Amino acid sequence: MKPFTTLTGVAAPLPAANVDTDKIIPARFLKTIARTGLGKHLFANMRFNADGSEKPDFVLNQPAYRNAEILIAFENFGCGSSREHAPWALLDFGIRCVIAPDFADIFHNNSFKNGILPVKLPREICEKLMEDAKLGGNARLTVDLERSVVIRPNGEEIPFAIDAFRRHCLLNGLDDIGQTLQHKSAIDGFEARQRAAQPWLYG
Amino acid sequence: MSAEKPRTLFDKIWAHHVVDTLADGTALLYIDRHLVHEVTSPQAFEGLRVAGRPVHRPDATIAVVDHNIATDSSRRTGILDPESRLQVETLEQNVAAFGVPYIPLLDARQGIVHVIGPELGLSLPGMTIVCGDSHTSTHGAMGALAFGIGTSEVEHVLATQTLLQKPAKNMRVTVDGQLPMGCTAKDIVLAIIGKIGTAGGTGHVIEFAGEAIRALDMAGRMTVCNMSIEAGARAGMVAPDQTTFDYVKGRPHAPQGEAFDRAVAWWSTLPSDPGAHFDKEVSLRAEEIVPMVTWGTSPEDVAPITALVPDPDAADDETRRAQLQRMVEYMGLTPGQKLTDLKVDVVFIGSCTNSRIEDIRAAAAIAKGRHVAEGVRAMVVPGSGLVKQQAEAEGLDRVLVEAGFEWREAGCSMCLGMNPDKLTPGQRSASTSNRNFEGRQGPGGRTHLLSPAMAAAAALAGHLADVRDWQPVGSA
Ligand code: SF4
Repeated sequence: MKPFTTLTGVAAPLPAANVDTDKIIPARFLKTIARTGLGKHLFANMRFNADGSEKPDFVLNQPAYRNAEILIAFENFGCGSSREHAPWALLDFGIRCVIAPDFADIFHNNSFKNGILPVKLPREICEKLMEDAKLGGNARLTVDLERSVVIRPNGEEIPFAIDAFRRHCLLNGLDDIGQTLQHKSAIDGFEARQRAAQPWLYG
Repeated sequence: MSAEKPRTLFDKIWAHHVVDTLADGTALLYIDRHLVHEVTSPQAFEGLRVAGRPVHRPDATIAVVDHNIATDSSRRTGILDPESRLQVETLEQNVAAFGVPYIPLLDARQGIVHVIGPELGLSLPGMTIVCGDSHTSTHGAMGALAFGIGTSEVEHVLATQTLLQKPAKNMRVTVDGQLPMGCTAKDIVLAIIGKIGTAGGTGHVIEFAGEAIRALDMAGRMTVCNMSIEAGARAGMVAPDQTTFDYVKGRPHAPQGEAFDRAVAWWSTLPSDPGAHFDKEVSLRAEEIVPMVTWGTSPEDVAPITALVPDPDAADDETRRAQLQRMVEYMGLTPGQKLTDLKVDVVFIGSCTNSRIEDIRAAAAIAKGRHVAEGVRAMVVPGSGLVKQQAEAEGLDRVLVEAGFEWREAGCSMCLGMNPDKLTPGQRSASTSNRNFEGRQGPGGRTHLLSPAMAAAAALAGHLADVRDWQPVGSA
């Protein structure tokens, strides 16, 4: 997992509540053997017409937001099915941070597992950030996880709360596997002892 | 000096593999062998790729294709179903990219992952063995701790060779006495599941013990451990003994020469100590076991072949009555009907439960000199290419083909409806596999689980039959 420290980038405004995982990635794209490559299906129904052409009004189709790395939305982001394909699709598109008043639980967990930072901020603040985001490429936001602040284009710093353990994992890029790898010296030691006692287990 | 606390087989293997213990008591458990197949691995490899991680120990890992491949000659000309083909091709690309040893489809050693592990000496006593497949419990027959894992855990093992695990509880199922004529390991395990139910082993690792288990050959022990999962346990095991050591000796990946002797010395310390504590104990008398067959859509809905279809109205409570009613309807049964009156359309002898050479011998012994009943499609699907070769060397394929059975290539086949071998709606099958869930062998299919000998008898009779009425031609 890629560590998340500080991110400065374009934020795409998605002024809607209850953006569910079916909207984030429709079910027909789940028959995949991969976690990557789903970015092209992100928000497919909102982003594309039935013939595959782009819907020009959708935010991620506008030139200013094609490389957005932050998403601003309203309440209950990521509700619905538990599919981990939702964070996979966001990540594959290049979104590494979603800011919203609150998130559905499973999506919230899945985001951390995949190196995406979900930032919870009160509705009024999300509305302000939504206005900032509407300025497109002229208004980049900074999300500083180290200091746990969002920095608006005007320099105003907005602190956010985050679970200390999860913050630690994201800062260090530690998923479950990453955490296990912190025990690497114990694993190495185990292998050295076992290799001496039972060499036939090592090919 | 205080004597050490007596420990179970499970306790010993567990303790031997704990790398570290986390603050909440979760153990970081070392995994000695990781078996990989095409269905549950693609996203795991993808995860490694995204994170830029290598496979920690390719030498402890082995990949094979089994679930979604054809078991007829079409496998030589490529897989027709695009999704199945994609999964197989993806596995091939992944093993190449990550340097994981791989047994390709057309290799003689290809086969069902749970058949080839022990067969090639990849699964050994005292090991921890995992695979992204619930029937990994099979390998516990070696005297190993073996269990199935999910895709995220597959990735975890590939990357770290460990798993985060909480210890299970110990359960012992003791089967003493001698099995009567016509009964096999399959009948033992079906009888156990009938007795304890499909949740009987939940939260436990089952050690199968007792005279009747000791008397089983390794194939029989694998059949019993295979269905631990149907008894609710994540793993089943049998203590390693001389039968185990004789089986392991000389297998390609087993320790050889002096290393083998050292290994045996260690393996011999593994059986549960006298007085070791089991959280749950169950015992059965082998003499009381009768050839078994499932009649419902859960493995616990099993009965002696001599029994009648149960009457839902006789159930104690409404929930059970409704459940029985649903099963009787789905299975197309009439309450009070004799099980031996149920006509079968398909007979499937195969799967990781019963596709080893011993199973094929048992089926061939019954089939020899007889013929499959009119209208019955009977297929024998060896568990591996090596089993197939061995059977052919013994002439069993000819016996079976002459008797009207199809003789096929190795794979999971009709155990699950994921490859071209499927039941059509309403078809009734006598199957040596392990799951009789609705639609397991194909949508609308009706599955009766039984032993290979019983399956062969059903094929010959055209209906479920008591194998004791179908003893080998010419035997006393
Ligand atoms: S034979 Fe059946 S139970 Fe065994 S691994 Fe294959 S699909 Fe699973």
